[in-house]
Amino acid sequence: MSVLAVRDVWKLYHGRPVLERINAEIGEGSFVAVVGPSGCGKTTFLRMLMSEERPDRGAILLDGLPLPLEPTHDRGVVFQRYSVFPHLTVLGNVVLPLEFARSRRLGKLFGIAKQRAEEEARTMLEDVGLTGAAPLYPAALSGGMQQRLALAQALIRRPRVLLLDEPFSALDPGTRADIHALMKRLWRETQMTIVMVTHDISEAFRLGTRVLVFERPPVQPDGAQGGAVVTHDIKVHERNIDKLQSRRATPTGDGPGAVSVTSRDDLATA
Amino acid sequence: MRLINRHPNPRLARVLTASPFVAVAVVYVIASTIRHAANPDDKLLPTIAQMGAAMWRMAAQQDMESGDYLMLNDTIVSLQRLLLGLGISLAVSFAIGVSVGMIPYLKRLFVPFINAFSMVPPLAILPILFIVAGIGETAKVSLIVLGTAPYMIRDLILRVEELPRPQIIKAQTLGAGDWQIALRVVVPQMLPRLIDSLRLSLGPAWLYLISAEAIAAENGLGYRIFLVRRYFAMDIILPYVAWITLLAFFADLGLRWLQHAAFPWFAGARAQ
Repeated sequence: MSVLAVRDVWKLYHGRPVLERINAEIGEGSFVAVVGPSGCGKTTFLRMLMSEERPDRGAILLDGLPLPLEPTHDRGVVFQRYSVFPHLTVLGNVVLPLEFARSRRLGKLFGIAKQRAEEEARTMLEDVGLTGAAPLYPAALSGGMQQRLALAQALIRRPRVLLLDEPFSALDPGTRADIHALMKRLWRETQMTIVMVTHDISEAFRLGTRVLVFERPPVQPDGAQGGAVVTHDIKVHERNIDKLQSRRATPTGDGPGAVSVTSRDDLATA
Repeated sequence: MRLINRHPNPRLARVLTASPFVAVAVVYVIASTIRHAANPDDKLLPTIAQMGAAMWRMAAQQDMESGDYLMLNDTIVSLQRLLLGLGISLAVSFAIGVSVGMIPYLKRLFVPFINAFSMVPPLAILPILFIVAGIGETAKVSLIVLGTAPYMIRDLILRVEELPRPQIIKAQTLGAGDWQIALRVVVPQMLPRLIDSLRLSLGPAWLYLISAEAIAAENGLGYRIFLVRRYFAMDIILPYVAWITLLAFFADLGLRWLQHAAFPWFAGARAQ
């Protein structure tokens, strides 16, 4: 059974469709990359998955049940910016989710419980390569380190699904390559399901097991424009560790959704 | 080179900073000397020595009638009123600002009302306060609260709304409930902003304090100034004004230091 099921979802803004007939079954452990030109509604799609917006038509199911009406801890998120809390240290940012879970009233742990949570957080920080940065505040971190922290924070409670909203777009190429490697490793180790929105087509194919391409039809002569639809659903590769370790997996086309390499490059420049 | 690109060196910068203060002092001394040369009994611009003597009487000698050190007494009484008023203002605005800023239902319920209420000129309702609360401390403190709280509430609501939405979503995806978001995400980030708000409210708070003391009081810095005005005692008024300014200046400095020391993350976060 799929972890996330998106069934005939429509989203309207001021009566005009932004997204139309979106269907997707997202299987356990898959890494779905959503790409498309800006304004195609891919972020709206992600916002619906995190319950920040609701579809006007259709349904989204999480493990077969309707999506909760508000964000919950089963869907972790990493945004491009503002993903970590500026008033907490690196360590504090990763301890916080554990405090939320273990201290329902105050959201703050003390004494031994606090120490135990800090140990767990330190293990997590080590995993993302931020051990030395534990006592710093996020403002003192580079963009790449902030995103590593955001990942550590989102992963420490082991969400069912991880939603990524252009998480690496603002990083320089070298940093991005490092964090891609980290992302792949974390995904492999945790067996997590990931949905990532990006406008970087090569990132989508490098990381994703599947790439969904969103595109809006051209504007009609009368000014009307339909909502974006999924134009391509490309299976990049199976969840397979050997293949992931190869530098860049070759996309394997299946059915009418498959596209050639050239058209992908077209999308990249779109 | 363009003026906008030219910077003074550190030494010149200090000289520039000091010069308006020095200029005002020099101009005053010259004007006072001229007036006293024409009329030794001039009251309008007392000499530095006259002001010094008056301050000695006010600050270091006991009042013959009450046995108090008047200036010390006035300062303590005024600061008590000021701190009490600002303290109440702070507590009220923090509670209202955070909860209204976070909760859409409360926003609908209160924001238009607060906006309308904050348009009431506090001095216009001072007579009402005197009628309702009498001319004691309550009326003066209430005036400070009514004068500063609406601004601080509105400011805080805006600051809460300014928190990036992704942060609030993030907190929810980390499993936080309303209370936890308030206590761990919103309140800690509002405390340093509350200090900003308080700093900006210091000016109005002094204004309302001195107004209330001028109209009905038996002591306090504002009372003293308006009392000795009857005898044209500029030798007391001017140093009192300088003293009030100094108090306000150090209060501001102290708050800035507190913000820096208690919230080391804030400067960096604000820069981003």
